[in-house]
Amino acid sequence: MRTITLGLSSVAVLATATSSLAQDQIELWFNNAGNPAETAVVERIVNDFNASQSDYEVVAQSFPQSTYNETIVAAALAGDLPDILAVDGPIMPNWAWSGYLVPLDIDQQKIETFLPGTKGYWDGELYAIGLWDAAVAMFARRSILERFDIRVPTLDEPWTLAEFDAALETIKASGEFEYPIDFGLAIQGEWYPYALSPLLQSFGGDIVDRSTYLTAENALNGEAALEFGEWWQSLFTRELAPGPSQDPADRETGFLEGKYALSWNGSWKALGAIDEFGDDIMFLPAPDLGNGSTIGAASWQYAVTSASEHTEGAMAFVEFMLKDEYIAAFSEGIGLIPATLSAAAMTENYAEGAPMHVFFGLSEAQAKLRPVTPGYLVSGKVFRESLANIANGADVADSLDAAVDAIDADIKRNQGYGH
Amino acid sequence: MSTATSDNRPARLLARYMVLGLIAVIFLFPLVFMLISSLKPDRQLLSDSGSVRAFLPVGDISLNNYVAAFERAPVELFIFNSVLVTGITVLLTLVVCSLAGFAFTFLNWRGREVLLSLILATFILPFESIAIPLLMIATQLPWIGPDGISQGWLNSYRIQIAPFIADGLSIFLFVQYFKDLPKELIEAARAEGASWWQVYWRVVLPLSGPVLATAAILKFLLMYNQYLWPLMVAQEEGYRPVMVGLQYFFLRNPAWGEIMAYLSMITIPVLGFYLVLQKAFIASVASTGVKG
Repeated sequence: MRTITLGLSSVAVLATATSSLAQDQIELWFNNAGNPAETAVVERIVNDFNASQSDYEVVAQSFPQSTYNETIVAAALAGDLPDILAVDGPIMPNWAWSGYLVPLDIDQQKIETFLPGTKGYWDGELYAIGLWDAAVAMFARRSILERFDIRVPTLDEPWTLAEFDAALETIKASGEFEYPIDFGLAIQGEWYPYALSPLLQSFGGDIVDRSTYLTAENALNGEAALEFGEWWQSLFTRELAPGPSQDPADRETGFLEGKYALSWNGSWKALGAIDEFGDDIMFLPAPDLGNGSTIGAASWQYAVTSASEHTEGAMAFVEFMLKDEYIAAFSEGIGLIPATLSAAAMTENYAEGAPMHVFFGLSEAQAKLRPVTPGYLVSGKVFRESLANIANGADVADSLDAAVDAIDADIKRNQGYGH
Repeated sequence: MSTATSDNRPARLLARYMVLGLIAVIFLFPLVFMLISSLKPDRQLLSDSGSVRAFLPVGDISLNNYVAAFERAPVELFIFNSVLVTGITVLLTLVVCSLAGFAFTFLNWRGREVLLSLILATFILPFESIAIPLLMIATQLPWIGPDGISQGWLNSYRIQIAPFIADGLSIFLFVQYFKDLPKELIEAARAEGASWWQVYWRVVLPLSGPVLATAAILKFLLMYNQYLWPLMVAQEEGYRPVMVGLQYFFLRNPAWGEIMAYLSMITIPVLGFYLVLQKAFIASVASTGVKG
């Protein structure tokens, strides 16, 4: 009897060992170390996927977001990329062009209803897919707009440039606020191209010429861009907004504490504003500065790398993630906009009638991708410097011309980035 | 005349202490700000930052940020990793670089001057310029472990230690210090029949407290503040040091109070190490002319 028991145990152990040996391990790297809510959702999806089949075992590794891109580039250099990784939407074309990523081979029907900003296309192929998006809106307080008799803009009828300017001047004249509006210039990094280049686009300019992606000439220093630059500079000379020397603490609390009447801010800051102002808070659409209203699009997405030896399993995992329950769980965990309306309906904040549902509409109606080019990595930085210089009083035409030269030189150095 | 001097002495002393006190306060401000801010909720911390309240333990004071920091990240693991990597590297640096300095100072061998010049020339190479080639090498290095021979040193402590054991600055410090030691002592020991190893171990090292302290402190600071290299080679959380761990707190909505709590905690080993060695460090700075 003892022999039989031992024998059965051995078979069981062997079977378990064989089963785990037969499983191919798939490595997943994502960008939110330090964010327990997001990590919990990723772990839940990984556990569900691992339990749903026996061919693959996904192992997740989280990294801090602020240094994530550098880590990936180093891993690529070392030939040590994982199978699946998270990638920031605007960075994706660069990594695809660099050969880090392969096109996603997933059921396209599953992403038909996804917000446009969550789909990472490069060179005509889908390379990455996101489960959420982020949006920028004009944070305002109903009571303040009513007090100054300022019209509440809508998606169908946003503020015009004249209306927007008049609203800022009216608020300024009251003397009740340190500044009428805060554009968040204390924030360095990608905030400038993400949140502020849509204002340039609304004037009719852009960071690069999207018809070819081979030059920034005319897009960034044409008539529309110059007009934008002059207006942008005037915001600071007229003292309507704090400039790049803004105290970062004021960016965090200025609107909440009544230093600023309006705040151009991201959806990830909305919950704090709702907590502070309740029903008084409003998230307004971007103004139409002449060429339509625009806000930035594309947040973090998931992609499969060219280093993966188990591409089929990696694709299967990415497809497995695209369920409403997971999309909703991410949104509940990190507060960002769910990729689908059906998932939004499952959330507390984005369901129809919920306080942040408006962001779903903003993303759907106004979101525009940042330039879909590997060169964005450089052109975004150049744009940021140029915008900060103009805000600090530099000559508008000279600054924009210099930015165009720098962007064009980079595109030339990289043989057109594959365009 | 002597009466006037003695009359002015207390006033001069008072003035001197006031100036020194003011300088000390200026240097202490960032530390006080960090410690006080670590006790405040984010909103209050940001509101207070523009006034003198930033340096006062007023308002809603608690240890909540410390608790939250431990919940957000494995703080104890990061501190352990940093102390381990830093401690081993400092020890190995002291051994290897002091031996190198000894060989360059006291032994006569062909090519000594040229090699010393080459080593000193590495001063001008920023680590960033060699990081990528070093990474390539790290991925190819072999290792014999419990599972047999493997390739690549990524995700290990050894890859965070090995590249930093020997460095031009530490060797330079030892050479400079050893040059000033009385030659008679070395010659006497040799005349008595001591081997070079005995001269190093029994004569030179016992006289080298200040330079050992200086090299240790400089290497400690370098290693404890390591950021770029571990970012590149420690992909697994289990090997990440404190500076990479700091990035866990910079999220879409940075947790400022927790950042201050984390910084307060990771500053303790640095302050402790410096306080233990500060007397020897100051003595060495005076003798070698090197400022940390």
